[in-house]
Amino acid sequence: MVENRPWLNALSHLVLITGVVVVAFPVYLAVIASTRGPNDFYSGLVPLLPGPHALENYSAMFGAGLSTSGAPPLGLMMTNSLIMALSIALGKIAISILSAFAIVYFRFRFRLVAFWIIFITLMLPVEVRILPTFKVVADLGMLNSYAGLSIPLIASATATFLFRQFFLTVPDELMEAARVDGAGPMKFFRDILLPLSRTNIAALFVILFIYGWNQYLWPLMITTDTGYYTVVMGIKRLVAVADAIPQWNYVMAAVVLAMLPPVVVVVAMQRLFVRGLVETEK
Amino acid sequence: MAAITLSDVRKVYAGGVEAVKGVSIDIADGEFLVLVGPSGCGKSTLLRMVAGLETISSGTISIGERVVNRLEPAERDIAMVFQNYALYPHMTVRQNLEYGLKNRGMAKDERGRRIDEAARALEIAQLLDRRPRQLSGGQRQRVAMGRAIVREPAAFLFDEPLSNLDAKLRVQMRAEIRRLQSALRTTSLYVTHDQLEAMTLADRIVVLNAGRVEQIGTPMELYERPASLFVAGFIGSPAMNLVPLAGGSAQAFDNLPAALAEEGRVLGVRPEHLELTDRLAGEGEVGLAMVVTSVESVGAESFLHGALGESGPAIAVRIPGYSRVEPGVRLRAVAPRALLHVFDQTSGRRAA
Repeated sequence: MVENRPWLNALSHLVLITGVVVVAFPVYLAVIASTRGPNDFYSGLVPLLPGPHALENYSAMFGAGLSTSGAPPLGLMMTNSLIMALSIALGKIAISILSAFAIVYFRFRFRLVAFWIIFITLMLPVEVRILPTFKVVADLGMLNSYAGLSIPLIASATATFLFRQFFLTVPDELMEAARVDGAGPMKFFRDILLPLSRTNIAALFVILFIYGWNQYLWPLMITTDTGYYTVVMGIKRLVAVADAIPQWNYVMAAVVLAMLPPVVVVVAMQRLFVRGLVETEK
Repeated sequence: MAAITLSDVRKVYAGGVEAVKGVSIDIADGEFLVLVGPSGCGKSTLLRMVAGLETISSGTISIGERVVNRLEPAERDIAMVFQNYALYPHMTVRQNLEYGLKNRGMAKDERGRRIDEAARALEIAQLLDRRPRQLSGGQRQRVAMGRAIVREPAAFLFDEPLSNLDAKLRVQMRAEIRRLQSALRTTSLYVTHDQLEAMTLADRIVVLNAGRVEQIGTPMELYERPASLFVAGFIGSPAMNLVPLAGGSAQAFDNLPAALAEEGRVLGVRPEHLELTDRLAGEGEVGLAMVVTSVESVGAESFLHGALGESGPAIAVRIPGYSRVEPGVRLRAVAPRALLHVFDQTSGRRAA
């Protein structure tokens, strides 16, 4: 793939640029729409240049929300989303790295069984088990609470599986050297395994944070109190107004705001994230 | 420092495979003992049992006066050097050396003193702030040794520490290990599959085969009086010529004492003890006839490989310098009778 063919170069660039445009154009539209006044959309033509109302749209959405659609201010919803996404990401990492540690480094009875049970839950995403999970959460009185929002989503096998695969690549001699050096299991975990998993943890954090942030169905199910609404489900409410035209400028301002935290997380952790995906540091 | 005693140590794996079948060895205080044998002979398992990384199925291992069968590796007062070095990749060299000391709650200035001392002995002082991946193979090997030395343990355990190095570095590190061990006088148990390493490092060698001890002795004892066919073939390079006396192969020898020329015996003679000649064997000598099949010249010496008689068992002869012998040539060679080894074919043990 080191040949120098101008036509091939041009063609591949064309394909890439087309792809970028297809992905980026809707985002651009959202940003533009969020800077326009409320009446700019009635003409049926979508404006392509920014308007003067950015500040008022954003501050209105962030501070007050749209009372007509029964959604609280974005500030509150984003805080809720942040709490939920962070607890899911951190909780999942904490639980899965410990269970992977147990499965890889300890010989206990039913170890394989434990692994397979965890593994099988990979086939049961939230949507599949949503009704029984709802029943359990409701019976435990966790509806309309942060615990109810995050705990059922913390239990999952993906991260356990990834950490297990990573731990298997860590040479056994490292553990043996630590044993000879007088480190017990938890000390080995803290001093050796955790630092080695740093990039993997970062990569998983990014993925899981976005996963938690983008949850739609589950918060929709278990929250009836507007105080616990998350931003992704809130956007839907903004659009679904009765007997009126959606106020696209406000909706789009909410959309842009909802996009920001995942972007910030990805940008901030990009270097670690990429290293965690491609490099194994041993 | 301490003596290490293994008595009737066995290892049976869960599947019923017996990796070590009753090994008893006494390692004296300060001795350098090398365990050597082909892969799968149980030598690494034995070492790991001494280290405490493998459970002991039966028998006892004691270090100093203590029976250590049930002790954790950290409680056995040993330090181990691993084949792939097993340095902690996220720690600097200094932190690597320090980790074991810190875990034992050693005071900071004592740790610093020991690290400086070890770094000076191993000439790694300028590497202390680097990470393992910034080091070459030889430097990593030194750091791994440093991690063992700073502990000042009762015994060093080496698990094929040189097998990841290139040939030149291996020779250099071998000399280094020997120098360090004789300076520190720490009891050492060293596992290798390389007989040359064993010969050059060891005070005594233990040859293991299929989980059993074939022979224990100094390098020269093993070389001069191998106790079995296995040891005879394993120690020395190129390997000893071993000729089973069956099907008339005794005909190719001359002046062979009748007492040795029994059926069911195996005659052994080292390539370096054979001398090319054009006469028959004289008093106190044994001669043989061979056909050369190939010649290897390595500069200072050459090896003639051939077949005994016309097409008998393989025979190698070492001759000094460069050789002009062509394949196909018939030659005679003689060796002093005292340097002949005789083994029993069925038991594999030395017969005379």
